[in-house]
Amino acid sequence: MALRRFDLEAGGDSFAFKSETEEKIAFWRGKYPADKQRSAVIPLLWLAQKDNNGWLSEPAMREVANRLEMPYIRVYEVATFYTMFRLQPVGKFHVQLCGTTPCQLRGAESLKDVCTKEIGKAMYVTDDKRLSWEEVECLGACVNAPMVQINDDFFEDLTPESLSAILGRLRHGADVTPGPQIDRVNSAPEGGTTVLTDASLFDGSRTKVSALPNLPKPPEPTPEATGRPDAQGPTNVHREEPAKVNDKVEPVKADDARASTFDDLKRINGVGPKYEQMLNDMGVTQYAHIAAWSQEKVDEVEKLLGFNDRIDREKWVAQARLLADGKFDEHDRDYGRGKN
Amino acid sequence: MLQDKDRIFTNLYGLHSPDLEAAKKRGAWHLTKEMLDLGPDWLCDQIKASGLRGRGGAGFPTGLKWTFMPKEVRDRPHYLVVNADESEPGTCKDREIMRHDPHLLIEGCMVASRAMRAHKCYVYIRGEYIAERHALEKAVKEAYEARLIGQNNLNGWDFDLYVHHGAGAYICGEETALLESLEGKKGQPRLKPPFPANAGLYGCPTTVNNVESIAVVPTILRRGAQWFAGFGRPNNSGTKLFCISGHVNKPCNVEEEMSITFRELIETHCGGIRGGWDNLKAVIPGGSSVPMVPAEQIMDAYMDFDTLRDLKSGLGTAAIIVMDKQTDLIKAIARLAYFYKHESCGQCTPCREGTGWMWRVMERMVRGEATHDEIDTLLDVTKQVEGHTICALGDAAAWPIQGLIRHFRHEIEERINRYRQPRALVQGAVIAAE
Repeated sequence: MALRRFDLEAGGDSFAFKSETEEKIAFWRGKYPADKQRSAVIPLLWLAQKDNNGWLSEPAMREVANRLEMPYIRVYEVATFYTMFRLQPVGKFHVQLCGTTPCQLRGAESLKDVCTKEIGKAMYVTDDKRLSWEEVECLGACVNAPMVQINDDFFEDLTPESLSAILGRLRHGADVTPGPQIDRVNSAPEGGTTVLTDASLFDGSRTKVSALPNLPKPPEPTPEATGRPDAQGPTNVHREEPAKVNDKVEPVKADDARASTFDDLKRINGVGPKYEQMLNDMGVTQYAHIAAWSQEKVDEVEKLLGFNDRIDREKWVAQARLLADGKFDEHDRDYGRGKN
Repeated sequence: MLQDKDRIFTNLYGLHSPDLEAAKKRGAWHLTKEMLDLGPDWLCDQIKASGLRGRGGAGFPTGLKWTFMPKEVRDRPHYLVVNADESEPGTCKDREIMRHDPHLLIEGCMVASRAMRAHKCYVYIRGEYIAERHALEKAVKEAYEARLIGQNNLNGWDFDLYVHHGAGAYICGEETALLESLEGKKGQPRLKPPFPANAGLYGCPTTVNNVESIAVVPTILRRGAQWFAGFGRPNNSGTKLFCISGHVNKPCNVEEEMSITFRELIETHCGGIRGGWDNLKAVIPGGSSVPMVPAEQIMDAYMDFDTLRDLKSGLGTAAIIVMDKQTDLIKAIARLAYFYKHESCGQCTPCREGTGWMWRVMERMVRGEATHDEIDTLLDVTKQVEGHTICALGDAAAWPIQGLIRHFRHEIEERINRYRQPRALVQGAVIAAE
């Protein structure tokens, strides 16, 4: 973890939010329940940092604590924990250079050399107070590596030359353009994309479908359901067919004489009223049905019931075999409640 | 290759407008009311049937996660919290959703909230994503103005969405640390149980989901669970945003079907490996926290949860970091070790002390300034950190180093030999070969 201390001298004695910030403070505080205003501490500290030339002084932390009626120490804790709160003065343009592996692989180290050469050592503020830099951890623009964040903006796909040019322009107060510094749009591949070119994606065709697929079956099935479109089947067929997750377990055949009888499946340790109902819905009504399950069947049922290995662990099949054979005493002895 | 008509994120690259009107034309907010009217059970069942697994790294089935929420709202309100604290090195997919397709996310938040009977949702976005936060705030404002969300909205489910931001702490991507941070505290993970579904944000039932998991939901419901389940191999279904960085000719983000082979993914979208396929050395397939896989194992592997798990790695966030033969692997992993040292929250001793220790040893190994038996000591320490901490950051810090030693131990040994050899000559002493 990073050890961070405040700069108590540079911050002076007082801090006040700018008047135009008040509206933003109210906006953030409005997001949290009245008795949970403490949630706004990070956004408010961030606003305070903005109003304090890009770093957070101790008086600014106290101001935030007073507003949120928090003990000072709780705000200090937050300010020192989160690394975007800078605890010492920085330049007008503070460069955060991502040095984590994806950027390192694409040359972040040469960018570090540029910063050292043009600005100085990390967290040093140039004499004109315009520039400072530090190395930070992954900024989340890895496909556009290497990159830096300067104040609020990401500058991506940098080379030592382009970073040097950007720093030069900032030093002289010229405009710079954020985003990728090479021929690419955002995170699309360099030189243009080959996907997302189908015009039908953007002309409103996707809104033509008039009803949702897989609607629940109405309680009394009507001979012809109206307006229910065919579910769009998989459009990709060249891979292994996925397991049909929707499949019900095969219902018991009607000509099975025993199908009309219902055993008390709850007797199986592990099956409660709810699972009994779910099993019945699948057509599993008797001990014998469960006793006959193969391992594949067990896996299938577990998937349907949302279990992970529970049927094996609780030995439903073995239990059902005993019950199906009428060996209730033996079952209660081996698997009675509390035995598992 | 996934066809354009099957892509969910149709504005991934920001070639079109992210505004509400354009998003609606691309299909967002279509039939939303109908979905909400069908109720939580239908929504959860459909998402379960689609086989959607969480896109934040752990791959837990999303529909199942939703069902852990209490079935009735009692005295405590339910919350949905969306984890947009995308900080895993290599990962930059949620960023594209938030700045270019924010309405899919907002709509997804609303549908997911209905499924877990929540009326409030917080999106926790990482502090560095300032432009993305503004883009999302703008889209939220549009949705409120169009009365798609808010109290008494057109969709018939009272729903408020708030954007919250962090301030640069990787650990806040861990769900309970995120909740702590959202409550205005240091982002230190909580002990579980109680799980967030029982006591999460402000002590209320809460579900935390990744941005991508939430943003794909409305499209899955519109096109059918079977459609989504039709991509990829069993148990690894759907489409997925891949972030390919490192030594490929054209790094990019792209939506592809799960279980695409590594070779096809790189050839189709990234213009191949820098220096050709013979030049590939190793790949970190799922963001910095998963162990690396050497070239010969990954080349034709399916990019999905199960295949990569069998290769002793993981799909994670599908952030693929490619390293060619010019890469100093030891240095690359040492940099990750520094990352974890920097980002450890300091709560559990094995992680707080272990990450720093591992980093310092790794730095010496980069130079070769170590002994052979230190490799085993290092491996042993990674095992002592792994699994002995409240959250998974300890594991995440240990795995990259374990992956390095598992596959490239010989490189570390060679470097140690190289370092020791000239020293031995200078001193005129002979160091026994170990």
